[in-house]
Amino acid sequence: MTRLRDALVGLRVVMAVAVALGLGSLLILVTGADPVKAYAALVHEALFDYWGLSNTIVKTSPILLASLAVMVPLRAGVYNIGGEGQIYMGGLFGTLASLHLPALPSMIAIPSALLCAMLGGALWAGIAGLLKAWRGINEVIVTLLMNYIAIHVVSFAVSGPMIASGAPYPYSDEIPEQYRLPLLMPQTDAHIGIIFGLVAAGMIAFIFARTATGLSLDIVGKSPRAARYAGLNVKAHIVASMASGGMLAGLAGGIEVLGLKYRLFHLFSPGYGFDGVVAAFIANANPAFAPLSALFLGALKSGASVMQRAAGVEGTVVDAIVGLVVILVAGSLAWKGDLLGGLIEGFRLKPTSADQVNPTERQS
Amino acid sequence: MSYLVLDRISKRFGGFSALSNISLSVERGTARAVLGENGAGKTTLMNVLFGLYRPTEGSIQIDGKAVSFRSPADAIINGVGMIHQHMHLAEALTVTENIVLGLGGLHSPLNLRRHSAKIAALSERYGLAVEPDQPVWKLPIGMRQRVEILKMLYRGAKILVLDEPTSVLAPNEIDSFLERVKALRDDGTTILFVTHKLDEVMRIADAVSVMRHGQLVAERDIGHTDVRQLSRLMVGRDVEPVRIPRLAAPGDPVLECVDLVARGERGLTALDRVSLTIRQGEILGVAGIDGNGQSELAEIICGLRKPESGSIRAGAAEITGLGVSARMRGSRIGFVPEDRHGTGLVLDHSIATNFVLRSFRRRPVSRLGLINARFIAEQARRMMKRYDVRSRSPAQPARELSGGNQQKIILAREIEAGPEILIVMQATKGLDVGAIEFVQRKILEARDRGVAVLYISTELEHVAEVADRIAVMHRGRFTGEVLPGQATAEHIGLLMSGLSVGEQR
Repeated sequence: MTRLRDALVGLRVVMAVAVALGLGSLLILVTGADPVKAYAALVHEALFDYWGLSNTIVKTSPILLASLAVMVPLRAGVYNIGGEGQIYMGGLFGTLASLHLPALPSMIAIPSALLCAMLGGALWAGIAGLLKAWRGINEVIVTLLMNYIAIHVVSFAVSGPMIASGAPYPYSDEIPEQYRLPLLMPQTDAHIGIIFGLVAAGMIAFIFARTATGLSLDIVGKSPRAARYAGLNVKAHIVASMASGGMLAGLAGGIEVLGLKYRLFHLFSPGYGFDGVVAAFIANANPAFAPLSALFLGALKSGASVMQRAAGVEGTVVDAIVGLVVILVAGSLAWKGDLLGGLIEGFRLKPTSADQVNPTERQS
Repeated sequence: MSYLVLDRISKRFGGFSALSNISLSVERGTARAVLGENGAGKTTLMNVLFGLYRPTEGSIQIDGKAVSFRSPADAIINGVGMIHQHMHLAEALTVTENIVLGLGGLHSPLNLRRHSAKIAALSERYGLAVEPDQPVWKLPIGMRQRVEILKMLYRGAKILVLDEPTSVLAPNEIDSFLERVKALRDDGTTILFVTHKLDEVMRIADAVSVMRHGQLVAERDIGHTDVRQLSRLMVGRDVEPVRIPRLAAPGDPVLECVDLVARGERGLTALDRVSLTIRQGEILGVAGIDGNGQSELAEIICGLRKPESGSIRAGAAEITGLGVSARMRGSRIGFVPEDRHGTGLVLDHSIATNFVLRSFRRRPVSRLGLINARFIAEQARRMMKRYDVRSRSPAQPARELSGGNQQKIILAREIEAGPEILIVMQATKGLDVGAIEFVQRKILEARDRGVAVLYISTELEHVAEVADRIAVMHRGRFTGEVLPGQATAEHIGLLMSGLSVGEQR
C-alpha cells in the first residue's frame, strides 16, 4: 500500500516533468522556433553525442553531489540551501591542499586533496548546523547567506593571496599533474567525478534504508521530541547531518578543481549548489532518484547551447523550463491525496488552533 | 427570557458524543462558571458557542433571537467574543495593530493613531491598562491576556467566553485578572468562564454549571453552594478502588526523589521541592489538575528535563546527572509519555519501528549499525499478539491506528523492555473503556512482577483504581497523600484545588 503510494508519487513527478516540457514547447513556439526540432537537438546533443554526453556528465556530477548535500540534512529535518557556498569552500580547500601538499603519488594525492575539500565544506555547513542546534537560528537564512560569504572568500583568495603570477584574471596556480582526476571519456572533459556521486548516492540510500544511523536521522527529522525520548542527541544529529551535507558539497567543489578546471577560479561554480536543491526536490529527497534528477538537469544545461545553434532558441528558455519543472513538481507533490478527498478536506471546517490547544477535551 | 440561551446542544464527532443535550441560560451582565474536569466537554461547548464547531443538534439564542454561527467571525458580529486558553497574538505587532488586525474596513485608510486613542479610552474605561503602542512581545502574559480581551471588546463583544483564562497566569496575575473580569461583568458584559478551579468559581461567578462526560450534571447559584459540594459534583462519585488483589507486599525503595525543583516553560516554578519514594512492586498514583507540575516531574525522572535542584536515586545509584539513554538502559526506567503522538510514537513510522523506537541502536535490533529488519518484524508480530494491537500488518503506520492501539504499542515497548521503574503519564486519557481496562491490567501485572510504578493522571477515578497510594499535586507541590478507598472525592477535590479542608469558603 505504502509502496504503491510511493510509486504513484513518483509517477506524478514524471508527469509533472512531462507537462513542464510540454509547456516549454509552447514557450519555444512563442520564440518562433520549432519545439520538436529544438527538443530533438537537445536530447541528441545531451545524451547521444560523444562530446555532448561528456559535457552532460561534467555538469551532472556536481549537481548530483549537491543534491545529496541537500538530502542528508533534510533527513534530519534541516534545510541546507548552502550547497553553493560549500562547493566554493570545498574548491578552496581542495586547491590549497593540491598546491601545498608534497608531491605524492596520485593514489594518495587525490584522496588527500578531496578529503580536504570535504573538510572545507563540512566546516562551512557545520557553522550553520551549530547555530541551528544551539541557538535555534534559522538554517535556511544562515546557509543561504553564507553562500555569498564563501563566494567572496574565494574571489578574494584568487584575486590576492593565491593569484597566479601574471594572471590576467583572478585564478590560482595550476595544480600539479598527480592531483588531477583521471578522465572517464578520453579526449573530453568528462572526469571520474560522476563515479564519486553515484557511489555516494548508493551509500546514502543504503544508510537511509538499512542502518541505525539512517533511522536516527529520520526520527530526528520527523519528530525531535520522540527522538529525545528515544535517547537520541537531537543537536548532535542536526550538526552532523549538516556537516555531512557540507562534506558532499565540498567534495563537489574539490572535484570541480581537481577534475575539470585544474585551478581555482573566481566564480568557478555556475550555481551548481542551487541546482542541487532543485534536483533534490525533483527526486523527492530520495537519494536513489538523485542520479536521475541530476542527469535531467545536467542534460538540460548541456543541451541548452545546442538548442540555440540548431533551432535558434535562446538558451534562457532552458532556464524557464527548469522553472516550470520546479513549479509543476511542487504542485504535484503538494497534491498528495486523491482529488475528491482533497476537495472534501479543503471545504471541511478546519480545526483551529483552539482545538489543538486542548485536543483531549473534545475526544473524551 | 435569558440573554444567552443554549438549547439542547449536542455535538458528536463520528460515533463519539462529546456533548449531549446541554441547555444553559445566562442572564445579561452575570458571570457564569462552567466547571468540569479535563475532558468534560467544557471547551467543546464553548467552541460551539463561538462558531468553531457547528452543533450536531440544538440551537443558540441571544437576546431572544435565534443565531447560527458558521465561523468565529459570525460569532463576533453577534457580540460573542472568546479568549482562548493560549494567546493568539502576533508578537511582532503592537497592541493596537493586534487589536485592529482582521477588523476589515479596507475601503477606508487605516488610521492607527485614531484606533490607538480609542483603544486607550476603552482600556481606561474597563481598567485594562495597556500601552497601545508597545509591541506584544515585550508584554508579560497577563498583559497579553488583557489585549485579547480588549480585542474582543473593541469588536463590540457583549458576551465574553473565557476558556481557562487563569491557567497561563502567575498567582499574582490571577488576582488582578479576576478583579478585571468582575468589573467587566458589573459594566454589563455577560461572562462565561470555563474552569476547573473551585476557588475561582467561588470568587467571580454568579452561578455555576457543572459538566461531566459531556453532560450537564448540575447548576447552582453561587449563594447556594460551596466548595465541598462543587468538588463532589465535578468529580462525580467517591472513588473506590477496583483492583486486582496484589500478590506481594511492596519491597525496598526503588525510586527516591528528594526536593526536586524545576521551572516550567515560562520560568514559573513548576516543581517546588517535591519528594517521593516508590518501593518495589508499588504504584504511587499522582492526581491533580493538568499543568500543576506533573509533566515536569515525569520528564525529570526519565531524564528529558533537568531539575534546578534536588536529587533522584534509582536503587542505590544517584542518577540526577544522567541522560535519557543512561536512565533507560542503566537504571531501567520506562516511560509512557503523556504526548502519545509527538513523543511516544513517530506516527509516520510503522508499528514495527515504533516497537523499537528506544532500542534500535543496540543489539539485537541492530548489529554493527545495521538494522535487523527480520528481528524487528518478528518482534512486532509477537508484541502485537501479546498486547492485542489491532492492525492490518506490522508495517502499517502508527498514525492510522486508534488511540487505544497506539497506547498499547507504547505500553508494550516500555513494559517488555523489562523496567525496574515505570513512569506512566495519562495512560488512559481518551481511551475507550476496554482499552483503559487493558492498560490498567498490564500496569498492575508489571507491579506484581516488582516494578515500581509512578502513575500520573488527571483522571482521578483511574488513579484510584490502580494506585496503592495517591499523592495529590497542586502548583508544583504535593498537597496531600491519601489511600484509595479511604478518601472521599470531596477531600481529594479540595486537595487538587490547593485548598486544605479547613479553609474553604
